[in-house]
Amino acid sequence: MSEAVLERPPDSQDPIAQVAPEELDLLTPKQLAWRRFKRHRLALVSGGVLIFMYFVAGFAEFFAPYATTYRNVTAINAPPMDVRFFEHDGTFHFRPFVYGYDLHINEETWAREYSENPEKLYPLRFFARGDPYELWNLFDGNLHLFIAEDETGAGYIHFLGTDQLGRDVLSRVIYGGRISLSIGMLGIGLTLILGVFFGGFAGYLGGWVDRIVQRMIEVLQSLPTLPLWMALTAALPAHWSSLRIYFGVTIILSLFGWTALARQVRGRFLALRNEDFVIAARLIGSGQNRIIFKHMMPSFMSHTITTATLAVPGVILGETALSFLGIGIRPPIVSWGVLMEQAQNYQVISMTPWILYPGLFVVIAVMAFNVLGDGLRDAADPYNTGGL
Amino acid sequence: MLRYVIKRLGGMVLTLAFISVIVFVVIQLPPGDIVTSTLERMEASGMQASDEYVQNLRARYNLDKPPYLQYLSWIYNFVQGDLGYSYIFSKPVNELVWERLGYTLLITVSAVLFTWIVAVPFGIYSAVRQYSIGDYSITVVALIGLATPNFLLALLVMFFAWEWFGVSIGGLYSVEFRDQAMSLPKLLDLLTRLTIPASVVGMGGTAVTMRILRANLLDELNKPYVVTARAKGVRPVKLIFKYPLRIAINPFISTLGLLLPTLISGEAIVSMVLNLPTTGRMLLQALLAQDMYLAGSFLMLLAILTVVGMLISDLVLAWSDPRIRYE
Amino acid sequence: MTDNILEIRNLGVRFRTDTGITNALNDVNFDVPRGKVTAIVGESGSGKSVTANCIMRLLQPPGEIVSGSIMFEPSEREAFDVVQVADRDPRIYELHGGLISMVFQEPMTALSPVYRVGNQVAEAILCHRQVSKEAALAEAHDMLQRVGIPDVDTRINMYPFEFSGGMRQRVVIAMALVCHPEVLICDEPTTALDVTIQAEILTLIKDLQAELHNSIIFITHDIGIVAQIADYVVVMYQGRVLEIGTVRQVLKDPLHPYTKGLLAAIPGIVPKNQRLATIATSVGDADITTPYPLKDVGDGRMVSQP
Repeated sequence: MSEAVLERPPDSQDPIAQVAPEELDLLTPKQLAWRRFKRHRLALVSGGVLIFMYFVAGFAEFFAPYATTYRNVTAINAPPMDVRFFEHDGTFHFRPFVYGYDLHINEETWAREYSENPEKLYPLRFFARGDPYELWNLFDGNLHLFIAEDETGAGYIHFLGTDQLGRDVLSRVIYGGRISLSIGMLGIGLTLILGVFFGGFAGYLGGWVDRIVQRMIEVLQSLPTLPLWMALTAALPAHWSSLRIYFGVTIILSLFGWTALARQVRGRFLALRNEDFVIAARLIGSGQNRIIFKHMMPSFMSHTITTATLAVPGVILGETALSFLGIGIRPPIVSWGVLMEQAQNYQVISMTPWILYPGLFVVIAVMAFNVLGDGLRDAADPYNTGGL
Repeated sequence: MLRYVIKRLGGMVLTLAFISVIVFVVIQLPPGDIVTSTLERMEASGMQASDEYVQNLRARYNLDKPPYLQYLSWIYNFVQGDLGYSYIFSKPVNELVWERLGYTLLITVSAVLFTWIVAVPFGIYSAVRQYSIGDYSITVVALIGLATPNFLLALLVMFFAWEWFGVSIGGLYSVEFRDQAMSLPKLLDLLTRLTIPASVVGMGGTAVTMRILRANLLDELNKPYVVTARAKGVRPVKLIFKYPLRIAINPFISTLGLLLPTLISGEAIVSMVLNLPTTGRMLLQALLAQDMYLAGSFLMLLAILTVVGMLISDLVLAWSDPRIRYE
Repeated sequence: MTDNILEIRNLGVRFRTDTGITNALNDVNFDVPRGKVTAIVGESGSGKSVTANCIMRLLQPPGEIVSGSIMFEPSEREAFDVVQVADRDPRIYELHGGLISMVFQEPMTALSPVYRVGNQVAEAILCHRQVSKEAALAEAHDMLQRVGIPDVDTRINMYPFEFSGGMRQRVVIAMALVCHPEVLICDEPTTALDVTIQAEILTLIKDLQAELHNSIIFITHDIGIVAQIADYVVVMYQGRVLEIGTVRQVLKDPLHPYTKGLLAAIPGIVPKNQRLATIATSVGDADITTPYPLKDVGDGRMVSQP
């Protein structure tokens, strides 16, 4: 049916380029998941950022140069300082330093204005002894990562400026991170418990239990959360200590957040009940508990943890919003939301824009959790072998 | 279809009944009530309330009855359109809530429109040009938008509008229109100013919707029916709009339903920052003062708004996807 | 006008992925005679479908044609090389469904679930001819009747998910043939269907071919189907063509060891109690895996051999 022109030298290349599949066969599911996760570079970075943030918040007393209650009365609403190596006249200092503030009152607006005072040169001292503190209310200490002090012992550093009471914004952001980030974690712990409990029951028992839980989820998901959170936190008694309020707010935030998780756990339970490997386990005589904990749980736990990770931002943002409105965390405990409570109108912001810095940290933390969650979700999917 | 509508309507009524119980419990939670706070005030100003006065007061607010009767009378009146009496404003709740709720609805609907207008084209672009620079930029902006609390965004927008343009963007009307009757220029002014709260409230939702649309579309783009359509000669643009997008839009519509609670939540706080005459600020006042009829009405009406919105999105979904309609 | 409607020469395709480059087609050569049924037979990954996608210009990234030509000579116009047509060239859309059509393997997913069947068939007409929507629907109606859809008046307004698999495949065939294409590519059109339906669809395709005299490329892994439907056979393995000939030649007297193995592996030919033969395609089997060029062995037969 055709002519003899078809002859051509064979292609020397191997017809099908192969990836060594033997290598993949040797990896456990966990190792495979880790490999998939590692490919997600942004998620890896996010994980690092979060570990760093939690570490700093955990040792806030050490990393923050000042306590939350510290007030620098000579620097009210002072702007962030520049850390310098060169003096105004060009002299180089090996040790970085900051200039102290010079206060002027603007004759027209009567506003406080600060400028750098070249006379006041405060070198940074690292791992130096500064304000005393009690780490986690357990250990006495006074070691700080850095403080600024000249030979006479005078000096201060406000890397992110100060607020209307002369409190150091950076220190308060670090302490605030402890509350905001821990609420995220605690809240997710509660959410996990509630979600797995309700979802597990609904999925495992089925029938009317399932219908009731389903309806409950539907109701909770159709409620506008913030107004309801507002109603509940506003109901927390005024005489409660800030610590009790902290736990109260955490519980309230988790109370409406478990629905997505429960839905997922329920769905997985229902699907897994009829999976071949679960039936196989039942047929070889595995006990009920063994089937649930050894076979079913591992195969949906990764998804559950992923969903939980993706739910942390909601809790952090919720706390921030409530505290911003003045009905969340109450002083003297500070959170990122509490810090932004001062920034209620643009006059304040245009005078002291640096009090919005806590917002930057909220954005970073939430973004990191979202990206990390996305990365975990991709890694947790055992069918996602793309590009391995 | 009719059966589906009836089924969904029934479900909605049941959901609302549950919600009304939750709302009632929530507003009853704080220790004390209107009467105790009234008495505290009277005592603070040196007055003594007689037992008879207290009894009358309790009777007037139905507080002398057991909780379930209080609930029943509240919900009975609510359904009849009698929302009760606001203690802090000394006015019937009916006179207070409707205009504010109207503005909330206006802003929420604008936010939904904003979400769609922005999310659909960018989502499509992101999916069709997957892994392009444009796709990455859109992803980054969406991530930031998703991570920014909307009150912070409102503050920033307000701050920059003031710093750069010297405009105060708080409120729904410009200063010159504030005391005027509604007119065409005033309406235009309102629509211009509306874009800011609409975009601020819609920001997070836009990011979510865009990501979902992108993911759905990517799933659909390689489905056999798309190849079939291509193989029969459908041109590229029509191909994307008529085939994968048409299907990808379905879960997108249902997300809109899930988005509504978020949007209404966002509206409550953004309106406080931007000083808009909507529900947010008054709800907060009512909650703090334990003005139960006012707070309860707001919570209930916002919930109704959400549930009705979700119903509409479900019905649109059924209309759009024959597979649901024919179930 | 030559005897061949399609002449494929030295076609090479590769897929560039994260893990490396895969050569999906290597130096593929064969002809598709006008008005006949040419079957491409081979196992999964042999490059049958990739070849079809190249002819249709449906190959999507990461796949790319790296060499070769596909000369296409429709009956009433000048021949052109399909590979050389630019992506945005209007000839691409003429090609799609107008000159060459395709029937796919998965009738369950080959139709959009949200449009009525009539709409989807009529759309093929509207893509290629300036006719009113009503006229297109009327033609779609006729075509659906012709492919054996019962009660077309009601069925035309139904959605694909209301159809069975076999019925859907009939719809897909109607959609492919409604513009009277010169070439119909059937990419395993019966694989996803159960056996009785398979036979019905095959008969349908055969009958329609006898009626319309179009050229058919029939892709399958089932040698039995080849015997039923084809005039010519192209045997493919690992992106290469191993043997070309008429059905009679190839099935009666296979020349390439792979083809021999393929035929030996058909159930039913072997006596009872004997194990079904498997094809020894293990790596290193020089007869099969060494890419020898095609050689003309007379009688219009070609085979890949040293």
